[in-house]
Amino acid sequence: MIPLSGRYIPKPGDVVVGTVTDVQTTFWLLDIGAPRWAPLHMTGTPWKIDVGETDRYLGVGDSVVVQVESLEATGRIGVTMNGEGLGKLEGGTIVRISPARIPRVVGRGGSMIQTITGQTGARVAIGQNGRIWVDGDAEAIRRVTEVLRMIEANGQRSGLTGRVESYLLATTPTGERGASGPIPPEDREPGPGDGADGAPDEPAWGGDSADPSSFGPADE
Amino acid sequence: MGSVGAKEVPVLLTPDGRRIDGRRLDELRALEIRAGPLKQADGSAFVEWGANKVMAAVYGPREVHPRHLQQNDRAVIQCKYNMAAFSVDERKRPGLDRRSQEISKVIGEALQSVVFTEEFPRTSIDVYIEVLQANAGTRCAGLVAASVALADAGIPMVDLLPAVAVGKVAGAIALDLKKEEDNFGEADLPMALVPQSGRLVLLQMEGHMTEEELGTALDLGVGGCRAIYEKMKAALRDRYSVAPIEEAAR
Repeated sequence: MIPLSGRYIPKPGDVVVGTVTDVQTTFWLLDIGAPRWAPLHMTGTPWKIDVGETDRYLGVGDSVVVQVESLEATGRIGVTMNGEGLGKLEGGTIVRISPARIPRVVGRGGSMIQTITGQTGARVAIGQNGRIWVDGDAEAIRRVTEVLRMIEANGQRSGLTGRVESYLLATTPTGERGASGPIPPEDREPGPGDGADGAPDEPAWGGDSADPSSFGPADE
Repeated sequence: MGSVGAKEVPVLLTPDGRRIDGRRLDELRALEIRAGPLKQADGSAFVEWGANKVMAAVYGPREVHPRHLQQNDRAVIQCKYNMAAFSVDERKRPGLDRRSQEISKVIGEALQSVVFTEEFPRTSIDVYIEVLQANAGTRCAGLVAASVALADAGIPMVDLLPAVAVGKVAGAIALDLKKEEDNFGEADLPMALVPQSGRLVLLQMEGHMTEEELGTALDLGVGGCRAIYEKMKAALRDRYSVAPIEEAAR
């Protein structure tokens, strides 16, 4: 049974956006919008950390992109920051939407997210937990946020990618830096009948944020 | 009731079987349920039932606070029923009192019996019920609101929990008492039903009834619950149905 709404229920392999809620000597606790806080152990990061030095890398309130590794019967959620596209988020803002709407934000074959990043020039990281990190200039962030709200409100309707695209084209600021043109028709969303199942399970990345080297250790 | 003496007993039942607000003995007050009015909560519901107005918000499953309440094999349901100071004619002293503690407990236990708590070990499902306007039957209205809010929060349950109070008014068994009937009636019997199994998960009584009257009251209440159940389902369907696309949006 898949609920139409409610909290994020973690699934191994999901890439999620989390916020640090507690720092211990060997791990951090992350709020990923799931029923439990998820411990991120220091061995699950790309950094060489000594015991007790965790707070030099991530502090309470910092946001990260991590991947769900394991789910235990106790409800414990194991996450890792080792992997492509995972790491600490610097700058930008996080928009929260219903986790049930994430497949629509990604679009079939990533068409929706390509449209959004292409039209706004924003960098976007989508967490399967409904938290979406957006970075770029203020106008780009505003437009992406607007579009995400639009998708959330119209999540069960068909033809969303087209509507989002026309909205973005209509609101393009004059003198827009060389953002990509309209997406080719074959990438557009198919008509009615495509539900939440149209999207890939893979994490979707937009803009140039797919480059893992853009994330580095928090300090120095 | 324009009379000066407020304690004067009003006519609760006319000879032709009409109650103080014109209802028949087996009639419910007008009931309206809205699912999902609160954006920030994981689930919410607003219930207007007669002159009752009740808001329920559900958060969770989430980390348990305080920690010592955590259960290793299931979620705990922490229910808080509260009446606003302005919810009754004479200002209600705000905060916890014996009555609201009791109602929080019985509603929480009723919900505990239908929620699949073992799916979310070591977590808490927090249910907040705020009574904004009270006119008898607020524990039932609160439970109905809480139950719809839990469904809105996507929390797996055996069933929704419709609830209603049956009472004895001027010697007759009547469904869904309003304030005057509750105050001047002889008995009050709130109940909550699991419609699929027919099990009662909340049953309290105040006042006196004969065994025979109790049987009649239970039958009447179960019937009322089934009608309320339909409205609860309709509220959820309404919340999650897709409105036809307006032409302007195309």
